[in-house]
Amino acid sequence: MKINVDRDACCGAGQCVLLAPDVFDQDEEGIVVLLDERPSAEHDFAVQEAVSMCPTGVIWVDRNA
Amino acid sequence: MGGTHPLSQPEDKMSDLLDYPIPSDRAIEPPPEWAELRQQCPVARVRLASGGEATLLTRYDDVRAMLTDGRFGRVIPASGTGVGSQDDGGTFSNDPTGVMANEEQHQAWRRLVNATFTAKRVQAMAPGIEAKAEQLIDDMLAAGASADLVPSVAFPLPVWAICELLGVPEDERERFPYWSDTALSTTRYTQEEISAARQEFGAYMAALVEAKRAEPGQDLISELIALVDQNDPRLTAQTVIGTSMALLVAGHETTASHIAKMMALFLGDRSRWEQLVADPSLVRSAVEESLRFDPNAGFGMVRWVDEEIEIAGETVPAGTTVVCSLAAANRDEGTFEGADEMDLGRRPNPHLSFGAGSYSCLGQSLARTELQIVLAALVRKVPSLELAVPVESVPRKEGLLVAGFDELPVKWGE
Ligand code: HEM
Ligand code: HEM
Ligand code: SF4
Repeated sequence: MKINVDRDACCGAGQCVLLAPDVFDQDEEGIVVLLDERPSAEHDFAVQEAVSMCPTGVIWVDRNA
Repeated sequence: MGGTHPLSQPEDKMSDLLDYPIPSDRAIEPPPEWAELRQQCPVARVRLASGGEATLLTRYDDVRAMLTDGRFGRVIPASGTGVGSQDDGGTFSNDPTGVMANEEQHQAWRRLVNATFTAKRVQAMAPGIEAKAEQLIDDMLAAGASADLVPSVAFPLPVWAICELLGVPEDERERFPYWSDTALSTTRYTQEEISAARQEFGAYMAALVEAKRAEPGQDLISELIALVDQNDPRLTAQTVIGTSMALLVAGHETTASHIAKMMALFLGDRSRWEQLVADPSLVRSAVEESLRFDPNAGFGMVRWVDEEIEIAGETVPAGTTVVCSLAAANRDEGTFEGADEMDLGRRPNPHLSFGAGSYSCLGQSLARTELQIVLAALVRKVPSLELAVPVESVPRKEGLLVAGFDELPVKWGE
């Protein structure tokens, strides 16, 4: 499983950071930073929630990569 | 006018459009028109309080697509349909930051404010918010066996939080409720009252920004000023003032009214409250579900469509004001299983109550943190809490963009 983010479209609301702080962070402009693009299975649920809660829909998961 | 059935009108009677907002006398149930519109008329023509016509979207997919379509902003030009009954349409045409009309400027502004308003900063505020919530609840409990939850908890907590964030001194906070109310009004205040309030508010914030420049603190206004003084080309002193005003207005009325609405939903059907008392780990998902379920979610979000597009198979011409009903979209069965049932454990819950896309709520981390903290504290400290009057008879606010309750009488036992 590999996580992707589109930093150009991120609006910086920080939902991903609240939901999965081990996987996502925000840079000094509030834009998403991926801390771990292949997190272990224990983060699966939180990552799925971040995908569905992200207001701009810029996080997606590649299951086959 | 009000109360006419939207779908029972003859096709040719163009003058008999559905009035929007749809008049509803129900405190915690959505108007039945929502479901009919979603099923039969997802792209509906409506008449707004301004008298002008607009297009109303009610389906989840259509609303989400419109909000995330970067082509369309929320500033309605003077030639288009405005929203309120005052001359200038209230908040809709008033942009204190001066950046909203232009998508590039808006993005630059967002990034700048985001820099001072990250999830980490909000998390760092959490212990303070929690202490404040506990203190407000203790004071309420100490004063008797019943109270109005709005002035005792729902209102003061968000005002405190946003003033902390901005660095507004404690003893200067009384005027904010009035300024914020007038800024979000559609019909409650006269044009003169609104203009006077805006001027006073602007003058206050200008003075506060000057005071912070002279004596910076550990707050968001001081950080924005520091950026101005480093000659950041994105910022002028006026943007700092406008941004602070916008955050104040956006940050407290919405959250205060949601605390009251959320508590009305949980206490109005007390089995929900009992479920929370039995399992406080439901607090986070319950807050999200209260945001989704909110039947009084206000007017909805407006977008100005300035090029022809197709929505759900219908052509929407250039020059249309489109209203996206977040609340109707949040009840779409196609997206939410059992949409008309409250499920306190619903996860994931991709509701649209904070909007979506590049204009979505900048303060949603703070709002969520406040809502979770206050609900958890009430569940923990006052498990016997109940409404003191039937939920249908709680008076509601009229004429504000953010619908809500004026008061919420509650009582508790030993
Ligand atoms: C920095 C400036 C602004 C801020 C911070 C801001 C903030 C907000 C917030 C927090 C809401 C949510 C209210 C709710 O929960 O119902 C809202 C709603 C809305 N805003 Fe703004 N806004 C700004 C500028 C504008 C501008 C320039 C326009 C239009 C020209 C506009 C139009 C609207 C509309 C139509 C709504 C929907 C009202 C409703 O929810 O009933 N806003 N705004
Ligand atoms: C339950 C509480 C809240 C709700 C339901 C809410 C809802 C919303 C919604 C729906 C919008 C989008 C407006 C649009 O699409 O035109 C919005 C925008 C905004 N909100 Fe919130 N909000 C809440 C709390 C807050 C708080 C606590 C703050 C700040 C401290 C805040 C700051 C803003 C700002 C600055 C915007 C404008 C964002 C932009 O234009 O880029 N909101 N809010
Ligand atoms: S939730 Fe989405 S928009 Fe918000 S910071 Fe994370 S990636 Fe960006």
